Amino acid sequence: MTQLLRIEGLRISFAHRTGSTDVVRGLDLEVNQGETVGLVGESGSGKSLSCRSIIRLMPPHATMSATRVEFEGRDVLGLSRTELRAHRSRNVGMIFQDPFSCFDPTKRVGEQVAETLRVNVGLDRDAARERALALLASVDIDRPEQRFRAYPHELSGGMRQRVMIAIAISAGPKLLIADEPTTALDVTTQAQILALIEQLRRESEMAVLLVSHDFGVIAQACDRVAVMYGGHVVEAGPVDEVCAQPRHPYTRALLESIPSVESAGRRVRRAGIPGQPPNPAELGPGCPFAERCAHVRASCREVDMSLIRVTEGHLTACPVVADSLGAVATGVRP
Amino acid sequence: MLAYVARRVGISLVQLLLLAFLAFSLIHFVPGNPVSTMLGPRATPAEIKLISDSLGLNRPLPSQFWLFLEHLVTGHFGQSFTFSQSISSLIGQRLVPSLALIAYGTLVAMVIGVPLAILAALRIDRPVDHAIRIFTTVSFAMPTFWSGLVLAVVFALKLHWLPISGYGAGFWGIVRSLTLPAVALGLSLLAVIVRTLRSSIRHVLSLEYVEATRARGFTTWRIMAHHVMRNAVMPTVTVLAVNVGFLIGGTVVLEQVFQIPGLGTLLFLAVEQRDYPLVETLAVLAGSVVVFLNLATDLLQFVVDPRVRPGVHSA
Repeated sequence: MTQLLRIEGLRISFAHRTGSTDVVRGLDLEVNQGETVGLVGESGSGKSLSCRSIIRLMPPHATMSATRVEFEGRDVLGLSRTELRAHRSRNVGMIFQDPFSCFDPTKRVGEQVAETLRVNVGLDRDAARERALALLASVDIDRPEQRFRAYPHELSGGMRQRVMIAIAISAGPKLLIADEPTTALDVTTQAQILALIEQLRRESEMAVLLVSHDFGVIAQACDRVAVMYGGHVVEAGPVDEVCAQPRHPYTRALLESIPSVESAGRRVRRAGIPGQPPNPAELGPGCPFAERCAHVRASCREVDMSLIRVTEGHLTACPVVADSLGAVATGVRP
Repeated sequence: MLAYVARRVGISLVQLLLLAFLAFSLIHFVPGNPVSTMLGPRATPAEIKLISDSLGLNRPLPSQFWLFLEHLVTGHFGQSFTFSQSISSLIGQRLVPSLALIAYGTLVAMVIGVPLAILAALRIDRPVDHAIRIFTTVSFAMPTFWSGLVLAVVFALKLHWLPISGYGAGFWGIVRSLTLPAVALGLSLLAVIVRTLRSSIRHVLSLEYVEATRARGFTTWRIMAHHVMRNAVMPTVTVLAVNVGFLIGGTVVLEQVFQIPGLGTLLFLAVEQRDYPLVETLAVLAGSVVVFLNLATDLLQFVVDPRVRPGVHSA
């Protein structure tokens, strides 16, 4: 498989009055062409920010640095303003959590699709309109002519997310970043949107980076998964393997906390993770999960969070688990 | 939609009626009266009664108010006490210079203010933003007569670029003579525009859809022009409408400084002379401009933002 995206040693920090807080603390991630990679973690784990680093879309006061952010072998960090715009408009499409707040409320949705086609693909007004209608049809919007003329507030959540996807894929990107694309939707719509993304991925051979706090969504949609906690990737690997044999205590706890269908209706208390997600401002060195971990050792306060290979393609940042499996810390990153 | 407009217009009419009542009561309760001002201290009671009768001032107040309302509704505002002219012709002569000055001043304020507001919002809390804030605060704090005088000294007396005062003839003559007072007026309005627009642009820029347009690789120019401004202008339009309406008759001092024969000067004379009908009419006129501008602003909202259009659905 050809590598599409490679992130190494990504750090993102927020500047404030008294200094700065690291929110992402050395993240490694790679995405191959045409595959679906999941990025899972609790809110505040840094997953949304991390995926925005691919197009250098940082909020005010946030700065990112990295050993390497490469897209198709090109250094993203070194792109000029013009090159960055081209990268954003052609290489990468992005959809967001709240499909309502992602639209200009004063413009018809079709216009917003057509505008993207005019600006990013260079179509003229009529061609853009034609193509926009075709795109709306391709994301399974019925009566596209009519929807074209609708304002964002006149569409349902699922419909809006479909239009958002149409905008994101309009320039034929090689990577689709989907940041919590189904969180604001009900379960039925959620499944439809995931199926649509999967269908589009297969048809156009683009890769998908799916960001979610919901392991269920990730397990359903992804080939590989990276689990984030406290600004680090704590485990990465093929999604089936990670689900079946989690190799980091946090992943294990996260999987155990998912309510299953079998337990529905019965008064089973799910094993939640004790304690609170860490506040990035208070994190010291070592494993960020140490505070809440059942298997914590003194050495956990000193681990450097580099990933250890357990099996081919399956990595964990937990030396305790790795030791117990007889894996040797090689300092290898994915 | 129509029902809303009808209701909104109805409310405006009630506002105007209240305004007429207030204007009428206020000027009648102010000490001093037009007859003794006209005749001076030596007038005999008989003379005073004669004139008062002829002006209708001895009739009961409700009947005077009714007469005033009649005048307003028919658009024939009656006779001024002190100027031997009808009020409509008095106002007719002076309305154009005042409106021209206000329109020109507002234009100056927008031409300078909108780019400054955009710049400040894009560079928020940076030196440029602070410099713009200081500039607009100073320009707001300077009274218009003072900035007007400074402008007159520099551009008329020293540089001879523009006339020092008066009201020119012909379009360009008017433009030339109104430039300095309009800039003075514009400077005083600048702060209002820059402050409100800066903060609403700042708010819009923080919205997720702007991030989404950035993610699409659009230029800052396209994002501002096509997606931000339309969503950010409404609060400024509202504030501006109130301020501009307020300027009708509020440009007294500026008109004095630059010798412009406008409504401000007229209002000043009318109050001094206790010219009841003239004061009342001017007050209601100024008020109707405010009411009308607010009505227009409310209706403009429907044009700008499809979400607030009642009962219109295209999907």
